[in-house]
Amino acid sequence: MPAPIRLRELIRTIRTARTQAEEREMIQKECAAIRSSFREEDNTYRCRNVAKLLYMHMLGYPAHFGQLECLKLIASQKFTDKRIGYLGAMLLLDERQDVHLLMTNCIKNDLNHSTQYVQGLALCTLGCMGSSEMCRDLAGEVEKLLKTSNSYLRKKAALCAVHVIRKVPELMEMFLPATKNLLSEKNHGVLHTSVVLLTEMCERSPDMLLHFRKLVPQLVRILKNLIMSGYSPEHDVSGISDPFLQVRILRLLRILGRSDDDSSEAMNDILAQVATNTETSKNVGNAILYETVLTIMDIKSESGLRVLAINILGRFLLNNDKNIRYVALTSLLKTVQTDHNAVQRHRSTIVDCLKDLDVSIKRRAMELSFALVNGNNIRGMMKELLYFLDSCDPEFKADCASGVFLAAEKYAPSKRWHIDTIMRVLTTAGSYVRDDSVPNLIQLITNSVEMHAYTVQRLYKALLDDISQQPLVQVSSWCIGEYGDLLVSGQCEEEEPIQVTEDEVLDVLEGLLVSNLSTPVTRGYSLTAIMKLSTRFSSVNRIKKVVSIYGSSIDVELQQRAVEYNALFKKYDHMRPALLERMPIMEKTASNGPTEIVQTNGETEPSVPDTKHPPLVTQPANQANDLLDLLGGNDVVPVIQTTLPTKPASAGGELLDLLGDLSLSGGPAPAPSVPVSQPPFLLDGLSSQPLFNDISAAIPPMTAYSKNGLKIEFTFERANPNPNIAVITIHATNTTEDDMTEFVFQAAVPKTFQLQLLSPSSNIVPALNHGSVTQVIRVLNPQKQQLRMRVKLTYTHKGSPVQDLAEVNNFPPQSWQ
Amino acid sequence: MMHFLLLLSRQGKLRLQKWFTPVTEREKKKVIREMTLMVLACPPRSCNFLLWRDLKIVYKRYASLYFCCGLGDQDNELLTLEVLQRYVELLDQYFGNVCELDIIFNFEKAYFILDEFLVGGEILETSKTVVGIAMEEAETLQEVTHTHSHLSVTHLPKYLNMFLLFSQQTMEEYMSKPTY
Repeated sequence: MPAPIRLRELIRTIRTARTQAEEREMIQKECAAIRSSFREEDNTYRCRNVAKLLYMHMLGYPAHFGQLECLKLIASQKFTDKRIGYLGAMLLLDERQDVHLLMTNCIKNDLNHSTQYVQGLALCTLGCMGSSEMCRDLAGEVEKLLKTSNSYLRKKAALCAVHVIRKVPELMEMFLPATKNLLSEKNHGVLHTSVVLLTEMCERSPDMLLHFRKLVPQLVRILKNLIMSGYSPEHDVSGISDPFLQVRILRLLRILGRSDDDSSEAMNDILAQVATNTETSKNVGNAILYETVLTIMDIKSESGLRVLAINILGRFLLNNDKNIRYVALTSLLKTVQTDHNAVQRHRSTIVDCLKDLDVSIKRRAMELSFALVNGNNIRGMMKELLYFLDSCDPEFKADCASGVFLAAEKYAPSKRWHIDTIMRVLTTAGSYVRDDSVPNLIQLITNSVEMHAYTVQRLYKALLDDISQQPLVQVSSWCIGEYGDLLVSGQCEEEEPIQVTEDEVLDVLEGLLVSNLSTPVTRGYSLTAIMKLSTRFSSVNRIKKVVSIYGSSIDVELQQRAVEYNALFKKYDHMRPALLERMPIMEKTASNGPTEIVQTNGETEPSVPDTKHPPLVTQPANQANDLLDLLGGNDVVPVIQTTLPTKPASAGGELLDLLGDLSLSGGPAPAPSVPVSQPPFLLDGLSSQPLFNDISAAIPPMTAYSKNGLKIEFTFERANPNPNIAVITIHATNTTEDDMTEFVFQAAVPKTFQLQLLSPSSNIVPALNHGSVTQVIRVLNPQKQQLRMRVKLTYTHKGSPVQDLAEVNNFPPQSWQ
Repeated sequence: MMHFLLLLSRQGKLRLQKWFTPVTEREKKKVIREMTLMVLACPPRSCNFLLWRDLKIVYKRYASLYFCCGLGDQDNELLTLEVLQRYVELLDQYFGNVCELDIIFNFEKAYFILDEFLVGGEILETSKTVVGIAMEEAETLQEVTHTHSHLSVTHLPKYLNMFLLFSQQTMEEYMSKPTY
């Protein structure tokens, strides 16, 4: 059998292959030769064959049949064999392989070998890829070698110990004694690896951290020597002595000083020294400065030092080197929460980075810019961010748009500005806006009541320009459907009102229905908008025609809507106005975003609701307490009476008017009460909730209380997103000849339930059943227990106060099952 | 810690792969593919840092080779550029004016040098001299199994010449160096 070809010969041959197929053929031939050579148990050439196999493996070809051969090489006495064997093991024998454990014995023997380079091979292999079992078996050997005086072995043992600790953290304790005098080494390799080992131990165990805190002075001394010492050719990098060690020490100091005042104080001087003396002309100096800044920001440093650190970052931002600018932006992002004002000082530089050509820098600058937006700089920042949104790559647009919406919502100086900003985002990056933004925007628009005319006009004009961006089209068609009457009547105050006829509006909406650019969801929006206009416009016949056409649409969703709307025209025309009337102001639920009341910077909005708020909020608390006292029981949960989140937009109105908006408009069916409890889009729902699925009919109403002329009836429905919530509407009527004024209804439920009482429609129950007071109660009943309730009623009748308590137990089973 | 180190040619061929965490073969191939696409697509003067999955990627191009590594959260990116520079200098010190062909034909040596510099994703030795000596001494332990004379490959360490010349050497010159 001729000798197998040499490694280099093989490499040269394979590189002459002109096609992939030719290469594969050569590889297959050689693999076959290697396989047969392995079968013959040829010791002489095993090394050569495995080396060739490793080369072919790097080209992407399978080499698993060489795994056992690697083991045999490791077990060989020859150094050349061992070297290739261990290399093969590291490349082919990771811990997922079955044969991995077979290495353990060989490694153990080699750890005790007489030649340090063999020991080194074993330590290196164990430290790069040893499995947990192997680490457990061999930790003792590693620990022994950690105490040797041979620096070549000691440094390798240290990193091997790091790997062992990463794999089997419980073994950390056993390395503790060996760490005793690691830092007194002069050898940089040992010093460096020791610092790594100490860092690993301190990161993983608070006890170790406490134990090693006493090393801070020693570390400071070593660092000082590195900086102050003269030129050392062996460790010099561009005039700096062993930057790798310096950075590692800084990192360890960071961990040790983190929440400890004394340690932080002990390192203040050296940090200041490093920060001011390090040469910054080359990357290596900046690498050290970067680590120093991170350390300063993380420990309990004095404020002067912190300012120094932020200034270094500020200088980094102006550096020509892109990497340094990137690193500065990343660090500023980390510190912006804690040192907000200091970072604000560099805002203009950061905003300039938005215009950088580099993608990584742009992304960081964008994230940082959003973090810096506040009430004072919102106008300026938004201008820059919108400009960025215009010109940035598509990969940024979605995130930027979401960021703009969030920032606008938190800090909008005025409603008009807010609407304008939203418009700008929709028109420039409309197709990248996230799907959940559409409902959020609609809610926002609804809540800015005096801007409705302006909003719908602008959206209409935007639609005329461009119907390709779906989120824009969806929001626009919803608004046109809702406020179309304002549009045609030309009522806009904020800008020049446009002249537009009903037919023109319907043309646009119908255009959306037929356009190829519209998605099915958009078509749904526009059909519903057209339908809503039937109560706002006079051209009802045209609308009827459109709706009936789509009754036979292929799109099931459109068809269903059209059929139901048709039915509205034909059989339920008397309900149509009530169903299609203006949407009430929507309650902001937690899922829709921040629940705080929108802050205005007091630009144009009167702050009426603020003064009205406090009394309403404190009252319920007192009343709840009273209820508790009265009932005395532990099984009763106090009621949390919610008030409407009063948007400043509904300015000038009395609180009652606000509640009036929410009031159930006296319609006969429970359906009108649904807008409050259902997800906001009854008529536009992306959910295909059929319009006439009268769930409430399934649960019969009941009389909860009837006494002294006051009758309270409960009607039920289930809140759709959560079947455990029962929504109860109370209707209070008065058969006596006098009004009941100052009427307050309170309720309490057992502990397993949660109850939410929304605001009542009014607090006067008119006499002789001339009207009713309605109020919505939401009950969460996760355990599906039988619903019980205690109610307390207070009102003034014929001049004297009346108070009554009652228990309601006759809930129909369907309301809580 | 460093999670992996890859050397990629400009045509996207793998020249060296070092993995410091256990990864399946399949996953390795996927990572290599993605790194190749990402790194080779970067325009010439862009930032050397990228974000990928939960790792920071640092890459640097030296002549026809891209050195690409994946870092953990706490690692210093700027220092890693120095680490890559140091590795190239170690290769240069060993091979003398190292070029891609050196690494192709002597890949095992590239690995041995790497193992004297990094272990378990951390720096083992910060001195170039010490690494150079270790390589020389280990070389003397290598048993010769062929008839060619043992030509010494190691040169005196080059501290001063940081500028790397990537020269083309002829096939014959390569073939005359010791081999397996």
